[in-house]
Amino acid sequence: MNEITCECGHVNPEGTVLCESCGKPVEDNQHLNGNENQTLLNMRYDGSARRSQTYNRTFIDKVWNFFSSVKVGVWLIVITLIASAIGTLLPQEMYIPPGSDASTHYRDQYGLIGQIYYQLGFHNLFSSWWYMLLLALIGISIIIASLDRFIPLYKTLKTQKPKRHDQFMKKQRIFGKTESDSIDMHLMKENLKKNRYKVTEEDGSLFAEKNRFSRWGPYVNHIGLIVFLLGTLLRFVPALYVDEFVWVREGETKMITGTEGQYYIKNEDFILENYDENDERFQEAIMRNGQPVPKTYQTNAVIYERTDDIVVGKDPELKEVKEAEARVNHPIKFENYTLYQASYQQNEFNEMTFKLHDMDDEDSSYGEFTIDLDDPETEYELDSGHVVVLGSYFPEYELDDGEPVSVSKYPRNPAFVFNVYPPGESDGEPEVSFAGIGANVDGSGENEFKVGLVDFDVRDVTGLTVRKDYTLPFIALGGAIFMIGVIQGMYWNHRRIWVKPKDNGVWIAGHTNKNWVALKREIEKSTKGTGIETPVDQQELKD
Amino acid sequence: MKESTLKKKKKRLIFRTAMLAVMVGLIAFALISNLKDDKSAVAKGEQAPNFQLNKFGTDEVVSLDDLEGQGVMINFWATYCEPCKEEMPYMEELYSEYKDKNVEILAVNLDSTNIVVERFQERYGLSFPILHDKNGQVMDQYNVSRLPSTLFVNADGVVEEQVVGPLTLDKLDGYLNEITPET
Repeated sequence: MNEITCECGHVNPEGTVLCESCGKPVEDNQHLNGNENQTLLNMRYDGSARRSQTYNRTFIDKVWNFFSSVKVGVWLIVITLIASAIGTLLPQEMYIPPGSDASTHYRDQYGLIGQIYYQLGFHNLFSSWWYMLLLALIGISIIIASLDRFIPLYKTLKTQKPKRHDQFMKKQRIFGKTESDSIDMHLMKENLKKNRYKVTEEDGSLFAEKNRFSRWGPYVNHIGLIVFLLGTLLRFVPALYVDEFVWVREGETKMITGTEGQYYIKNEDFILENYDENDERFQEAIMRNGQPVPKTYQTNAVIYERTDDIVVGKDPELKEVKEAEARVNHPIKFENYTLYQASYQQNEFNEMTFKLHDMDDEDSSYGEFTIDLDDPETEYELDSGHVVVLGSYFPEYELDDGEPVSVSKYPRNPAFVFNVYPPGESDGEPEVSFAGIGANVDGSGENEFKVGLVDFDVRDVTGLTVRKDYTLPFIALGGAIFMIGVIQGMYWNHRRIWVKPKDNGVWIAGHTNKNWVALKREIEKSTKGTGIETPVDQQELKD
Repeated sequence: MKESTLKKKKKRLIFRTAMLAVMVGLIAFALISNLKDDKSAVAKGEQAPNFQLNKFGTDEVVSLDDLEGQGVMINFWATYCEPCKEEMPYMEELYSEYKDKNVEILAVNLDSTNIVVERFQERYGLSFPILHDKNGQVMDQYNVSRLPSTLFVNADGVVEEQVVGPLTLDKLDGYLNEITPET
């Protein structure tokens, strides 16, 4: 059960199918490549000892041999493909409408199937642990299967001797016997060289070989894949990869997420331009769309760097880095970060102006006041001496069991409780009223004054993607190596021709990993004038 | 078996073990990083990261590091969060008792406007310090995604307990007891 010594004297590793040196089939191992009772030899991996069968198999060896199997690799790929396909049937979590809860969204939208989809984690498939595990297992399979094939093949091709065993020659697909005593071996050698073969000799036997490196194509290709996978793995290192998102309101200065508090952005202005509805060229398309078609989204921003020591929550000291605009496909770049225009929200309230007037006369006025919705004051004194106190402020007003409440801190639907004190009566009972968008309720039903909305100002919110990516060079390198491997294996073929003198003539055999027609043509050219008969294709004869 | 064969076998075993170990290590790294992404950054038993915030409506600054040696309860809340309203009275009830035992309550608020919080404070008669996390930076740092969220930090600055959702009076009392420094 150990090494196999061939009759040519070469010592082969256990599991060898064809002697590394002379190619003689190792009798006991023919089943490994399915060679029993076959007229032709299976030349995969040149009959090298692919999966060494260790005598005392340890656990490590068992794991190793499992991943070494191509069958296992193919299954892993098939499972991954099916999973990926299922992952595209329903939208991934990141694409469901913002604000909706994944745990109910899938069930409500897609019924039972949606529920199962969610429960099995398909809604977040591409970052789910088991999907990543599948990719990782494919990676392991690629590495181990490649190593287990490349190393024996490399050794075999390096060890092969020009003089091959008769059985090896006979069982090649291209094989021919010539019985003649006027054979010009020298001319044969020269012809082969002219066809750019590398020719070696042993005991009068000729061995011509070209493009052995094309056999390494698949392995180079696999190295590319592994580099690619490692590149994507690097994305988990925050120093190398950042992919974040930040909302910035007009006029607001905000820390840029993902920069560890180092950088801040101020949104000076967000611009949304639509295609001109009055322009004849666009009218038809806009009509068809049913709503305005945006032409540009743009954020005018200022980027700042924090100069003091970073203490979270503390107001930063900022130094301007640059002023820049982010448009679709024209991101803001600073240091190693890139800000992409990704989203926006319009018409968030910014300021509201009210006027105090007589309940029954809209045209009367005791003065106006403007509330900054980000920082409302507690009371507003009007020109007439009336004082309006903000009893309550609800940025995003909703009624909950008859009680006014706010559901967020963003002024999307602002509402107020106003307490109005007439001049000089700040100690007395105020008139209470409630005012919001499209709502104005008299607290007592007997109010003398009314606080009416006159004007408001809205602002936009811009959504920017923050990205830093040092992994791209690795991923590009992986892709390049992958392509080199493909080209190496596809555009060159490994061709070998053996010529062995016999008592009454010569035997000739040929092998290639692809493009047999070209090999036959080259043999025909090389044998011309040498007295060697053109060999036959035993495969074709069989068919 | 020949000695060279044994040697070869041993070499192969070492090589395979090493290769598998490296690959398993890489996978573990990827899976753990992936998992960490959406789980809370500050976990039980970890050091609570420092922050510095203004007390609401004042210029007074509170920083967590300054409270070393005291138990600190950090409560993330907002006026627009309904369940937060439930636990506020409990916190108020226990505040003065534990204040004497060297335990501080920091209510980190996430509203954006002063008046809303002021009105809330008046209405519920809250006396413990309310800190203003205007841009939600501390909330991000502590990776809080749901309100209310509460961390109980002991005198050594280590997170003893982490609670998501509202607390009952009993539970609150129990947790505050846990972080009371020994005298």
